[in-house]
Amino acid sequence: MTEWIRPPSLDEALAARREHPDFMLLAGGTDLMVGAIARPAPVGVIDLFGLPELSGVSRDPAGGLRLGAGTTFAALLTDDAVRTELPALWAAAREVGALQIQARATLGGNIGTSSPVGDSLPVLLALDAEVEVASSRGTRRLAYDEFCTGYRTHALGGDELIVAVHFPADIGRRVQAWRKVGTRRAQSISKVMFAASVERGADGTVTLARLAFGAVREQPIRALAGEQCLAGETPDAALAEAVAAAVLTDIAPIDDVRSTADYRRTVAGRLARRFVLSLA
Amino acid sequence: MTESNGSQRSVGDSPPRVDGTGKVTGAALYVDDLPVPGAWHGRTVRSTVPHGILRAIRLDADFDWSQVVVVTAEDIPGRNLITLIVDDQPALVPLGGTIRHVEEAVAVVVAPTRAAALEASRHVTLEVDALPSIHDLDAALAAAVRLHGDDNVQKRLEIHRDDADIDAVLAACDHVVEGVYTTGAQEQMYIETQGMVARWEDGRCHVVGSLQCPYYVHTALKPLLALGDDEVIVGQAVTGGGFGGKEEYPSMLAAHAALASLKTGRPVKLIYDRGEDIAVTTKRHPARVRHRLGLRADGTLVAADVDVLIDGGAYVTLSPVVLSRAILHATGPYRIPHVRVVGRSMATNTPPHGAFRGFGAPQTTFAYERQMAKAAVRVGMDPIAFRRHNLLRDGDTTATGQVLSGSVGSDAVVDALEQALEAEPPTPATRFGTLSAPVRRGRGLAVCFHGAGFTGSGEARLMGRATVAALPTGGFEVRSSSTDIGQGALTIFTQIAAQALGVDPVHVHIAQASTDRVPDSGPTVASRTCMVVGRVVEQAATALRERLETWGRSASSAAPAASTASTASAPPTAPTPAPGTAAGAGAHDVLALARRHLDQVGEVAETRTYEPPAGVAWDDDTYTGSAYPVFGWAACLVDLAVDEDSLEVTVERCLHAIDVGRAIHPRIVKGQIEGGTLQALGWALWESVPYADGRVANPSMTDCIIPTSSDAPELETILVEVPYAYGPHGAKGVGEIPMDGPAAAVASALEQALGVACDELPLLPEVLQRLVAQGGAASIGASS
Repeated sequence: MTEWIRPPSLDEALAARREHPDFMLLAGGTDLMVGAIARPAPVGVIDLFGLPELSGVSRDPAGGLRLGAGTTFAALLTDDAVRTELPALWAAAREVGALQIQARATLGGNIGTSSPVGDSLPVLLALDAEVEVASSRGTRRLAYDEFCTGYRTHALGGDELIVAVHFPADIGRRVQAWRKVGTRRAQSISKVMFAASVERGADGTVTLARLAFGAVREQPIRALAGEQCLAGETPDAALAEAVAAAVLTDIAPIDDVRSTADYRRTVAGRLARRFVLSLA
Repeated sequence: MTESNGSQRSVGDSPPRVDGTGKVTGAALYVDDLPVPGAWHGRTVRSTVPHGILRAIRLDADFDWSQVVVVTAEDIPGRNLITLIVDDQPALVPLGGTIRHVEEAVAVVVAPTRAAALEASRHVTLEVDALPSIHDLDAALAAAVRLHGDDNVQKRLEIHRDDADIDAVLAACDHVVEGVYTTGAQEQMYIETQGMVARWEDGRCHVVGSLQCPYYVHTALKPLLALGDDEVIVGQAVTGGGFGGKEEYPSMLAAHAALASLKTGRPVKLIYDRGEDIAVTTKRHPARVRHRLGLRADGTLVAADVDVLIDGGAYVTLSPVVLSRAILHATGPYRIPHVRVVGRSMATNTPPHGAFRGFGAPQTTFAYERQMAKAAVRVGMDPIAFRRHNLLRDGDTTATGQVLSGSVGSDAVVDALEQALEAEPPTPATRFGTLSAPVRRGRGLAVCFHGAGFTGSGEARLMGRATVAALPTGGFEVRSSSTDIGQGALTIFTQIAAQALGVDPVHVHIAQASTDRVPDSGPTVASRTCMVVGRVVEQAATALRERLETWGRSASSAAPAASTASTASAPPTAPTPAPGTAAGAGAHDVLALARRHLDQVGEVAETRTYEPPAGVAWDDDTYTGSAYPVFGWAACLVDLAVDEDSLEVTVERCLHAIDVGRAIHPRIVKGQIEGGTLQALGWALWESVPYADGRVANPSMTDCIIPTSSDAPELETILVEVPYAYGPHGAKGVGEIPMDGPAAAVASALEQALGVACDELPLLPEVLQRLVAQGGAASIGASS
């Protein structure tokens, strides 16, 4: 039988994690419970859902938003600071599953699953998010694009838990964008996800550019060639075409049961172009 | 036709569904909810290859089999066969037998828990000599692998309107429009997966399950188990949707559960999980229709030459009748003097395709309505005017030589559609989200008909029966094998019987559809439940009322003092004279009469058998005559918008005007139309069942998607009522017709929006992207 631990505090959760590094971490279950029948039962489960120290939105000493890893997407959607300072994340949260899923699914769970189609993950890349992880040895923070290391893998240590996500203090100044192209309007798995943010100079030039995609590679990625193409330039139609072409070198989509590589490539380019056009 | 007294009027109203409270509160017991003490659980072991010879079934020697029973073909007491149209499908592939598709059942493992059965099933391995396999129509036609006869043709059917040389007629036409239309498989995705419980008692096999047609299962189990009519009892549990998916496949589950129960000596539950259900049960037939249409310069249709291919899968199952309905609808609701239709159902190494709402007609409707859209453009006519110019009307003759007589709503549905178009359209749903692209818009139209009831001489052969009885406990019971699968049969039968009896609907009970309690009314399919069986229910109820009234008149003259008890049992509504009450018989309503009859004489029941209307004659050899007793008629209009970046489609408006004869329960009828319309939009735009080497590649609700309410437009449903003289209160079939037209309307709207021919389904964004890339529309996706 599977052992089930539901620690009442973060300290006890970290102790359980240290003691049982082979136990499955369950943050809401919206992903893990799908297909649970088909997989061998885990040795044990550490159920983190609802752990108070992991929930909620606060501000870190640097002035940036700190989102507890156990915060549900439903909770993110009702938070004014998230809506005004992280509109791309707010928009992504609205398209996670449906209301029932949003009530259980958590930001930390999305990060922990580390799926190439995780709805919030391209936003974390586009908004320079950092992941705060903890163990009984202490805490550390690392940029999300270092944290996510590949197809459904990440840099979480065997005794660590994802505790929070941090955003830069001035993130609200950036122009942000989000678009999910899924199999249908709701309850849908993404075919292509696009998240972006830019800062503009007084003359309109792009001084900072972040372009990120999901579902077009083995992991969520930043489109670095596209970013380079955009940074330092003034958006216009020609630049939009150039950025659209550049991002194609950043992505490597595949054919699967949900879409085709050709479609994903085509749409990814068009979304990047649409974003640049929206800045022009 | 009976119109009873006004105070008991129910037909035409929309009372609460009789099964509504139980379903909403969770009190309703679906098959997996039934308490079955001591039941073990079955799990089916299936092939791993699409074609081969089964050599051995091996049980893992390291696994503990002490609490597991393994059922194989050797445990079958009768014939190893799922009886349907052709005796070709085994219940379990025997050793040395041929495996014809990848989900073919080889054994059933039975264990005390579902988890144990699943685990045990993973420790069974098969030794199979694999054979080359074929998985699509082209491979079936090439016949390099022969699965059925020399040519893989499971069934060939032809319609010839006349003796003219169709090629010569077409060559002489001013215009010939030609197209090839392909449509994909579709999953029914009923909310409740398939399930069955079997137990043996006193040498009799009792089966209860999620199913549409108890007598189909009954027919299949008798030879399998070598039992007689009364030794197999098949009942329906509350069923969560069918759409045709629970027409024939439940016989397979019932066979497996019954054999498992026989061998274990225990009740056995066999409940499919969603993945298994999607992978193994029947889907809508993939089809390819080549359609040539000849017309004069003035838009008058002259000739149609149609070639219909459907993928029947590994066994014949229901494909011959699906093919029949496909070809009988292949030229649509239009006057066409010269017609040739050839249909073939092809064998492939794919799990058999089967019944799904529309039953072949949606595939050919897609083809002919795309043709009509193109033809209207070709001759430069407005799409509606073009259809009006050619529509079948009362007195016209169909492709099979059927002269339409009565209840022809072709103009009425188009009138209704045009009227609705004049009204202010609803505000289209705007796309949620940022970074939206410009859209292209298009409008598409479809006009179609759908034959109600069984094809050809089917209803005459079926002789559907229904009984209405007075119950010893008071009130009346309707006994029929027509099942409520969510479509509202219980409620409309209650309405029809109550009104014919002249009693309040609370006094009418519908018996559980179990073969030991109800007569064979025929299957719950083919848009026939209300029109055909409802009519028989009405006749039986009317006969019972008349019999009671006749008895009441003679009894009251003999014994004028009615018992006080019968007076007290009057319905809670305002007391009114019973219908047809003869002067001098006293104020006895039918309920009181029935009570008195039970007290003084005994039980009373009336059974009636369906009789086709006079003049409905069909010749199976020449495929001529009255294909259906009557047709439903529909007009559908779709407005849609296509996102230029993603080619995602938003259906902004969907108008659907349907001639239903008479709506017994308008809210249920509208619900049927809305559900069918969305199912059709889903088939057109979102629903895809890809196969890889004969195996469903997306067997989950995550990937095998259907539209959600967020994808649905505000459906504008218009009920048109052109009464049918032989349906109850004028009603005719409505269950399937909403499935037929919308896909063609969607495709024509997309063609207008994107400027490329949209002749295949589903029109996923990936398909649209391919079509746009291939076929011009160069500006799509360019800067804008």
